[in-house]
Amino acid sequence: MTENDEKTALILLGCPQVPVQTSVALYLAYGLKQRGVRPVVAGTAAARKLMEVADPGRYYLDEVTDLDDMIDEITGGERDFDLCFVFIHNDSGVAYAGTMAYISKARLYALIFGEHAEELAGEIEFPCEIVAAKAVHNPMPLKRRLNEVMQWAAVSKR
Amino acid sequence: MGGCLEAMKPEVVLSQTSFREAREYIKKNVREYYEVEPGYKIFDVHIIGVAPLYVGVEGEHLIFPYTKPCHGTFVVKVPGGDEIARLRKRK
Repeated sequence: MTENDEKTALILLGCPQVPVQTSVALYLAYGLKQRGVRPVVAGTAAARKLMEVADPGRYYLDEVTDLDDMIDEITGGERDFDLCFVFIHNDSGVAYAGTMAYISKARLYALIFGEHAEELAGEIEFPCEIVAAKAVHNPMPLKRRLNEVMQWAAVSKR
Repeated sequence: MGGCLEAMKPEVVLSQTSFREAREYIKKNVREYYEVEPGYKIFDVHIIGVAPLYVGVEGEHLIFPYTKPCHGTFVVKVPGGDEIARLRKRK
């Protein structure tokens, strides 16, 4: 939607406290690229560094930017995305996803993980696709759920 | 915390709470408050959360929720300056 009619997806990363976040975010970036969608990662400084150190050759990552700067650009109407994946494992994650639901026209996916994934999923009260799995150290439950939605997310129209 | 907000040395009214609790606190404890949309900018920070979100005015100060990705939502109180007039104009 943004550049040259290329389909784009925002991957929004919050606190990287739960180990599966970095692994699944890299997997998501890879999956989107494979399907012709350009991933843009926005996150906290620590979340970004975890991604960048894990992918020094930039095989999976493309643009990586600061979380607040990205919200500034979207609220300012400077850019938007076709898809938006928000990683959520705490109340702040829900708050950021709710903000994205309001400020962005992107199709929104709430990727909920961690020890309290089910409770957090129950707190989502805005339009989005919920992808939830109780995953803390083992990324496989969340990867499986993500595989189910990523296939059609890449081909769906807004 | 945003550099500008941090430099103002905000008083932390509520610490590490949820955006819902912050919303309820402002509604219950601040007489003059305004509803703002998610992403509304005060100084250099955006108000993050699910609507309705409230920003309060108490004398010359603003009271609003400030969300940090790792530490939850804080309710902070800072001198409002021109932001108070901008907020009141939205009515």
